[in-house]
Amino acid sequence: MGRLDGKVAIITGGASGMGRATSILFAGEGAAVVVADLNKDGGEATVRDCKENGGRAVFQKTDVSMEAEIKAMVARAIKEFGRLDVTYNNAGIGGAVGPLENISVEDWDKSQAVLLKSVFLGIKHSVPEMRKVGGGSIVSTASIAGIRGFAGLHAYCAAKAGVVNLTRSASLEFAKDKIRINCICPGGINTPILHRNQPGGREAVEEFLKNSQPLPRAGHPEDIAAMALFLASDDSMFVTGQAMIVDGGMTVGASFGRGGGDGGATGIALPPAGFVGPSFEK
Amino acid sequence: MGRLDGKVAVITGAASGIGRATAVRFAGEGAAVVIADLNAEGGEAAMREARENGGRAVFQKTNVERGEDIKAAVDRAVKEFGRLDIIFNNAGLGGAVGPIEETTFENWDRTMAILLRAVFAGIKFSVPEMRKVGGGSIISTASVAGLRGGAGPHAYSAAKAAVINLTRSVAIELGKDRIRVNCICPGGIVTPLIYSRLPGGEPVAQQFFSQIQPIPRAGRPDDIAAMALFLASDDSEWVTGTAMVVDGGLTAGSPLSRERMQGRVMPTGGFAGPSFEKQ
Ligand SMILES: NC(=O)c1ccc[n+]([C@@H]2O[C@H](COP(=O)([O-])OP(=O)(O)OC[C@H]3O[C@@H](n4cnc5c(N)ncnc54)[C@H](O)[C@@H]3O)[C@@H](O)[C@H]2O)c1
Ligand SMILES: NC(=O)c1ccc[n+]([C@@H]2O[C@H](COP(=O)([O-])OP(=O)(O)OC[C@H]3O[C@@H](n4cnc5c(N)ncnc54)[C@H](O)[C@@H]3O)[C@@H](O)[C@H]2O)c1
Repeated sequence: MGRLDGKVAIITGGASGMGRATSILFAGEGAAVVVADLNKDGGEATVRDCKENGGRAVFQKTDVSMEAEIKAMVARAIKEFGRLDVTYNNAGIGGAVGPLENISVEDWDKSQAVLLKSVFLGIKHSVPEMRKVGGGSIVSTASIAGIRGFAGLHAYCAAKAGVVNLTRSASLEFAKDKIRINCICPGGINTPILHRNQPGGREAVEEFLKNSQPLPRAGHPEDIAAMALFLASDDSMFVTGQAMIVDGGMTVGASFGRGGGDGGATGIALPPAGFVGPSFEK
Repeated sequence: MGRLDGKVAVITGAASGIGRATAVRFAGEGAAVVIADLNAEGGEAAMREARENGGRAVFQKTNVERGEDIKAAVDRAVKEFGRLDIIFNNAGLGGAVGPIEETTFENWDRTMAILLRAVFAGIKFSVPEMRKVGGGSIISTASVAGLRGGAGPHAYSAAKAAVINLTRSVAIELGKDRIRVNCICPGGIVTPLIYSRLPGGEPVAQQFFSQIQPIPRAGRPDDIAAMALFLASDDSEWVTGTAMVVDGGLTAGSPLSRERMQGRVMPTGGFAGPSFEKQ
């Protein structure tokens, strides 16, 4: 018995990375999946893998920043599979990067359109269909960049924080319809968004990410897919308005926290164990 | 195939409410469970229910106020089932209640011992066993009262906030051992903790808790058990240091938001322009 038996899901950005891993996992858990992406080749490859994993899936070419295409994507789910239970707003890009003064208004707007407007549109057009079946689950990929600052990622940080708080405000409105709205804040996940332009590619990023957080390995798309599955399934029936962090502990500490019983403060020598008394005592 | 096949778990406060629902769910997913609680009668009943759900379970009488009892619960897991993979530090009570200036030192200390020191002890005594098997998952029940003021009594709120930040600080230390440390912040869950002293009992709690959050039903022990299962299972292999809120949206809004939704302050639709323009 699958954890998503009988459910129909749309996954944007399903051609690559987290969206792809989530599509395959959902299909294996019994869901019918609409893989929505700009990238046709990648999307069709995901559809094949979903089918191999025992599920039903179709590809729908979609630019998530265009309202008409989001509408068509939702319509496709209904046409192919008869209903909509889960929408995973996950497609994303790095967007405008670099010093703030160099960011053009066009690049700023494009970033917000792909990263934030897309989530608004995904919620807006999913909700009527979910009401018809008595409820649903909407999941979006935010980021730890939506809850902390990251230098040189201004448009991305602003958009992802927008996703986190839109999740909260929308959750208040749709709870009465049994539509739950949550998002996931991934940490450093080794996907093409990170390794595509890196010298050394996937392996180099794997090595770099290994020591970037308390848990000593890089994040993988499957880590996010597992959280998306929890949020899509009935196991999370009482969970709404949340930003679920899956980051190997990256955001747990203060920036000066080294970790450990040494108190974590930079350069302050503490005994390896014991009790630190009042400062006037030697 | 169960999601916890081959794993061994200690669950404190497993005689009742959230702990009991979790023990039964874990057993059904293939875990062997040590049911640790002060309440022997409830604990034995939970044990039977866990076994009926297909898992192995034993009861261990435990007062989490006593460190040696917690150590004994961990030892029992190893003695009965050979290892320890999961501890759910969940036992709890309301503790010291009433106005701050009427709260006694004795009641304050006892509340802290049960709600906070017991979590420290649960972590402390589990870690060596988890290291032996190459990792593990430590879960504690905090509360939305650890995130906001006014959702619980003073000592309770302070203790639960401390559980959340202890979770974070220990997560940093134990990451290298692949021991994950997380907590859950339940909202209003209908359990004996809530209704055993309430006039009208369970039905009144059900009624009240169905109206306090956006999702229009009361929280159930199973809602928390499902989150505990996620955190205990390998599905959350890369999740550590988090405080997972399961509250039907109780803390998603500000106290103002209900008014806003009803259109008292903001228009119900359309676009709110600059304030100098009349609507
Ligand atoms: N990888 C990380 O470390 C990380 C961390 C935090 C958040 N995220 C977020 O996770 C999500 C998934 O990213 P990923 O890491 O899997 O990257 P990815 O590049 O592997 O996948 C993103 C997918 O989105 C698609 N896409 C981009 N723009 C689109 C558009 N306008 N319309 C439709 N599809 C579009 C791409 O074609 C691609 O298939 C993104 O929202 C990203 O911001 C990633
Ligand atoms: N019910 C809620 O709305 C709610 C909300 C947030 C947090 N919590 C927390 O959830 C946890 C579980 O509570 P519950 O709601 O299931 O209540 P419950 O009363 O049904 O269960 C608590 C269990 O803890 C046991 N216990 C109490 N003191 C103990 C001690 N000293 N040693 C060993 N066992 C002891 C009790 O015997 C009982 O079996 C508690 O930590 C509580 O603070 C509950």
